[in-house]
Amino acid sequence: MIETRPDWHDRLSPAVNAIAPSGIRKFFDIAAQMEDVISLGVGEPDFITPWSIRESCVYGLEQGYTSYTANRGLPELREEIARHYKEEYDCSYEAKTDILVTVGVSEALDLAMRAILAPGDEVLIPEPCYVSYQACTTLAGGVPVSVPAKIENEFRITPQELEEHVTDKTKVLLIGYPNNPTGAIMRREDLMAIAAFAKKHDLIVISDEIYGDLTYGGEEHVCFSSLPDMQERTILLNGFSKAYAMTGWRIGYAMSNPTIIGAMTKIHQYTMLCAPITAQIAAIEALRHGKKYMQKMVAEYDRRRHLIYDGFTKMGLSCFEPKGAFYIFPSITSTGYTSEEFAEELLKSEHVALIPGSAFGTCGEGHVRCSYATSIDKISEALARIENFLKNHPKR
Amino acid sequence: MKELLELLEHDARRPVSELASMLHRSEYEVEQDIKKLEKDKIILSYNTLINWEKFGTDTVTAIIEINLTPQREVGFDAIAERIYRFDEVRTVYLMSGSFDLLVIIEGKSLKDVANFVATRLATIEGVTQTRSHFMLKPYKKDGVIINDEERDRRLVVTP
Repeated sequence: MIETRPDWHDRLSPAVNAIAPSGIRKFFDIAAQMEDVISLGVGEPDFITPWSIRESCVYGLEQGYTSYTANRGLPELREEIARHYKEEYDCSYEAKTDILVTVGVSEALDLAMRAILAPGDEVLIPEPCYVSYQACTTLAGGVPVSVPAKIENEFRITPQELEEHVTDKTKVLLIGYPNNPTGAIMRREDLMAIAAFAKKHDLIVISDEIYGDLTYGGEEHVCFSSLPDMQERTILLNGFSKAYAMTGWRIGYAMSNPTIIGAMTKIHQYTMLCAPITAQIAAIEALRHGKKYMQKMVAEYDRRRHLIYDGFTKMGLSCFEPKGAFYIFPSITSTGYTSEEFAEELLKSEHVALIPGSAFGTCGEGHVRCSYATSIDKISEALARIENFLKNHPKR
Repeated sequence: MKELLELLEHDARRPVSELASMLHRSEYEVEQDIKKLEKDKIILSYNTLINWEKFGTDTVTAIIEINLTPQREVGFDAIAERIYRFDEVRTVYLMSGSFDLLVIIEGKSLKDVANFVATRLATIEGVTQTRSHFMLKPYKKDGVIINDEERDRRLVVTP
């Protein structure tokens, strides 16, 4: 390791120093040293990308597709995305002006924040939420304002709760449903109320719908920009990672009005240039022919969802039945542990990895996030180990 | 019922309790359904897919194309029955195209299989021609890849 002066930390950007490191790193370090860990801590599908999608990428490489693409992404891909949204949600987006292909939703979120935030602008963020929402806001010069969602309300957010945190500096509402880590969804009537709130305060809504294809029990995902009058003020983020098991390809997109997409494209062209052409080719195949594979995976997640929900309920850990994504968020307050203690003790004694709810915001405390994007056998074994842990490690 | 059948087709050894959870139904209901499906011969048998080569047992598998002269009244069915009743015959399909029956045979050795075809199959009345193809290496069987190198390469925890 290079020897360093002690003051390096002070020479870093204050914005970076202001961000806390991710709360899950510690668990990764402990788990990495164990042999037989069963992990419910993984935020990605256990499926490998369907072969037809992989094969199309390999074929593209054989044909010599190795160049840059247009900054906004391959025109065919943008056309497919526009077609997809027209068919699925009756949303009209123009491929030429309203769509930007990005390196995953993560880049899209960063671009959106940087494109619209002025220093001091406030962003309303319902919690628990994905770990990067606050950090992206801070890095873009904005101020994240947490709005806790309540388990009594199945972790849905209401306009009343949002109203309590609105100021004259509030510019953006950032929502992510189906939700990581809770598995909550927002139904049409819930979102209509949020839409009225956004209109009243003239907010830009960033809607992260990366789990939009993963809803269960007859619940249909409602696309936020499909609501009346919402398309113009919405920055819709989506990608291929979760629905098509393509996390490592790093491919997503943003859709909004031409002015916002134009501004995001400006940053994207100077910082990223374009998303990898290999992933873009694969994404075209996913939209053209991937639906049947996706539906098969969703059906499998649904069966696992029932199994894991039954398991937690039977062992006496209360949780609400998740309706989307592939997470369940049981309460562990009855055990007397904090969520971080619970996760650490469970990992050390039973070798089951999960994520403390506190990593997703202070109101996630008292819960743990378990991913059921893992095989039925492993879920069953993990449930047995957790039950064993509850028996042998009562705290109070 | 269809989902239950798909689950069993994929893994017949799942405990009823697990199946019930996955299908969001009671154990009793699932048990009754399985009994009924077995009684109605919709579920015919529960087999195990074994990599015999890895275990060390050498078997020879041959795919035989058979041409037939169809018989009045019964068509191909009567001859097919004479063929599928042999224990050596694992699979029989009636086919469209340039031959009529596709028969899969397993035997201990090349000689064993060739002998069976020559003395038992080719001599059946109505069989006009047989063409044997010996299988060299299985890559995938009944939806299962024989030597699958794909595995979970994810990190242990990710956000």
